[in-house]
Amino acid sequence: MIGRALIGLAAVVVTVAATPPPGASSCSGCHGDVAPLPVISGRDAASIVKALDEYRAGTRPATVMDRIAKGFSRDEAEAIAKWWAAQK
Amino acid sequence: MVGCTEMIARRNLLYGSVAALAMPFVARAQSSARVVVVGGGFGGATAARFVHRADPRIDVVLVEANPVFVACPFSNEVIGGFRDIAAQRFDYRAIAADGVRVVHAQATAVDADARRVTLGDSNVLPYDRLILSPGIDIIWDALPGYDEAAGERLPHAWQAGAQTLLLRRQLEAMADGGVVVISVPANPYRCPPGPYERASLIGAWLKANRPRSKLLLLDAKDAFSKQKLFQAAWTQLYPGLLEWVSLSDGGKVIRVDAATLTFETDFASHKADVGNVIPPQRAGAIAALAGVADRTGWCPIDPVTFESRLRPGIHVIGDAAIAGAMPKSAFAANAQAKVCADAVVQLLAGATPGEPRLINTCYSLVAPRYAISVAGVYRPVNGQLTDIEGAGGTSPLNASAEQRAVEADFANAWFRTITREAFG
Repeated sequence: MIGRALIGLAAVVVTVAATPPPGASSCSGCHGDVAPLPVISGRDAASIVKALDEYRAGTRPATVMDRIAKGFSRDEAEAIAKWWAAQK
Repeated sequence: MVGCTEMIARRNLLYGSVAALAMPFVARAQSSARVVVVGGGFGGATAARFVHRADPRIDVVLVEANPVFVACPFSNEVIGGFRDIAAQRFDYRAIAADGVRVVHAQATAVDADARRVTLGDSNVLPYDRLILSPGIDIIWDALPGYDEAAGERLPHAWQAGAQTLLLRRQLEAMADGGVVVISVPANPYRCPPGPYERASLIGAWLKANRPRSKLLLLDAKDAFSKQKLFQAAWTQLYPGLLEWVSLSDGGKVIRVDAATLTFETDFASHKADVGNVIPPQRAGAIAALAGVADRTGWCPIDPVTFESRLRPGIHVIGDAAIAGAMPKSAFAANAQAKVCADAVVQLLAGATPGEPRLINTCYSLVAPRYAISVAGVYRPVNGQLTDIEGAGGTSPLNASAEQRAVEADFANAWFRTITREAFG
């Protein structure tokens, strides 16, 4: 059991180490490098989390991001933010 | 064991690097992996790129009949005379430069057991995983009187290109005081709010250029996407010009006559000067040939991997898929493509993909500087992609003109971003 698990684990790591957390890959449908949509690649994770917190709470002016942020918990938003912060 | 593997796959998403104990095994498994993607629209182009990007050792082939892709989003602006169709055209050079093998041929058959795709030139492409992103086909003759020949008189313009320009030319040739008729099918079809955006932008052009004309929107439905927002905008912008006739009010078109440009409903006969038939649709033909379309004409899929429920080894994304609450939109196709690409790469590595979450955002223009949007966040529940409660929804009804203009700017930026991710 442990042996098989280790092989599975290693296989995942070798081939798909860059797999984004749930939801993260959708973001680049809008967020690339075209203004006025904000760039999120390489942006500080804390600032992304803060923005998503405020969108979720309805305290930040929004068009669609208030509606989208509500689909993610704080933990999920943090995972997404960390992943985008690590992208170049 | 399945649960155990899932848990490990998910843990890996959080922790990243661990010792590469099984490297030789993986390298052998991966070096020979072949992924074929059929259909080079928003879904297929994105999927091919993202499989290649996730693991450049995988041999990725993108099969697309046309050397140039003409995008549907914003094509209603072309019909309204607000945009040049050149802005809708994309080629495959950048995708090829990435290292994806782009083959311009028609896929004519799929052998799901032998895992190979046959092309129109008789070449055969073997695959380990096949991703189909064939978009839609028009179901000719589903609406009596509407066949391919009729489509030259009553364009559908629901696949962008020559049909888009045909409808544009017909509008330009129409005298003031003419009647434009659009017929809208029952669900499901590509781009649920598309007919209403089209009516809006044709309305905007008529108002400025053929102000005594009228636009009649004959609908086989009683409700539609962003309905309140569209109707409020129509009252504000196009009073007396644009009329929507619901199913209950006799809006369902049951027959057309292309010779006389006549639309018949159960109750009335409407003579058009310019007629646009948005016809019933199904998944692109290769889906049925591959055996992944069901009796509805669309393709049931697993919402974690987008693998067909009917044929193992074949994944279906975009408009052709039955994606639960996700609409048939370019944004959805692109989002599904990325999730599917990750799942395919993981499956080829012997891993179990974790549960995804997907987003859709869909803008509609009701005038060139006035956009509204609908968004949704989705996750698999009981085997279906399901709306996450409390998330998503439409733009507010009471937004200011400035907010509508900001959404129009965002819509334009979205188009440039997503086409760059898929084709640029």
